[in-house]
Amino acid sequence: MSPGFQGRPRSSAPDLPPGQYLTEDFPVLSAGPTPRVALDTWEFVLTSETGAEHRWSWDELMRLPQDTPTVDLHCVTRWSKLGTTWQGVSLDTLFDGVDTDARYALAHSYGGYTTNLPLDDLRGGRAWVVHTYDGGPLPAEHGGPARLLVPHLYLWKSAKWVRGIRLLVDDRPGFWETAGYHDYGDPWREQRYQGD
Amino acid sequence: MTAPTAGGRVVAPLTWRVARLVERRVETATAQTLVLDVPGWPGHLPGQHVDLRLTAADGYQAARSYSLAGPAQGERIEVTVQRVTDGEVSPYLIDTYAEGDPVEVRGPVGGWFVWQTDGTEPVLLVAGGSGVVPLMAMIRARRAAGSRTPFRLIYSVRTADDVIYADELRRRARDDQGLDVAYVYTRRAPEGWRGEPHRIGLADVNSHGWPPALEPLCYVCGPTGFVETAADLLVGLGHPTRRVRTERFGPTG
Repeated sequence: MSPGFQGRPRSSAPDLPPGQYLTEDFPVLSAGPTPRVALDTWEFVLTSETGAEHRWSWDELMRLPQDTPTVDLHCVTRWSKLGTTWQGVSLDTLFDGVDTDARYALAHSYGGYTTNLPLDDLRGGRAWVVHTYDGGPLPAEHGGPARLLVPHLYLWKSAKWVRGIRLLVDDRPGFWETAGYHDYGDPWREQRYQGD
Repeated sequence: MTAPTAGGRVVAPLTWRVARLVERRVETATAQTLVLDVPGWPGHLPGQHVDLRLTAADGYQAARSYSLAGPAQGERIEVTVQRVTDGEVSPYLIDTYAEGDPVEVRGPVGGWFVWQTDGTEPVLLVAGGSGVVPLMAMIRARRAAGSRTPFRLIYSVRTADDVIYADELRRRARDDQGLDVAYVYTRRAPEGWRGEPHRIGLADVNSHGWPPALEPLCYVCGPTGFVETAADLLVGLGHPTRRVRTERFGPTG
């Protein structure tokens, strides 16, 4: 126990995972300079474990059916932001017609960032490639022009500046996972670091 | 118990250790350094951070990440805490936390924003405000290792009174061979400083950094807006993005 520590007056926040606190603004955390990606060269590539590629240009992505999820965000650095609104394409739409037996996925980004997830966590209406935040184009520092959004996992899994997803038979850790962060990252189980 | 494996890595779980405050140093009106004794501390690299966790009488816990300010000295570590207005953890650590009191510590964490003391490439450190903390860990580790690796620090602060580690930086800039320190003042410049107060710009990075041809490693740490600006300037000058490592901090308590 920490003598004299009372903490901030706490309101009941049932949507807040353990160890998280609420924030109203939108902090930025990334490991390097913000990549700037032109829309006319942007593309998103799904690569199956056999090497089969499925590509979308920006215009092609925009022509796909669009979702408008409202979700809570949980960052491993302990801030949470509730009720954020986005627009983008469900991964279910992108995986439609992709033939795979893979169980794992490695998302990769412009700028070289990678993060791993079980493939099942990208399907079933739980993940999107989003390009619009709070009614406007997604700012570059938050991952624009497009980022992955997987709100049921810590935010480092929602790869900013996403460029593609590679499907893998065996799990392969990404950037932060190699540096000691958890392979799965469930905020409700506080899976912050390897071994949690 | 078997250590969990992930992708071929064998990793030990990070455990919470009970640390105690052994010394407190006032750095500025709003920043203090806490020296903690952490039994079992495994050591760390400059640039890594720890999580500190507080527990209230009713069981409520709050944890925050703090950069380590220097290399480990045995089981002693240092963190420098900047008071966050309306914060939950930093006011306690600055105002209430007393010598001998326990605090839980978990770490070290982070393996990207680190400097290896056997590195020989020139290093550019760009700090905004309390972003100097992990960069000071690198400067201190360089000294402790007897490294001659060329280091330059560009440190942006509001006024001279806001410089954390002011005396030590003055001393090291004089005594540590191959360490240059330059300041950028954003609100009020001290007498004798050439130029007007301004936010960091191309001329600062160009004058006090390294040319890209020398292939330096660049570390930028500070508030989000500062890091965005400084990292963009470095990339604009021709530094490859992979050699520009950043650590941004947003609001924390």
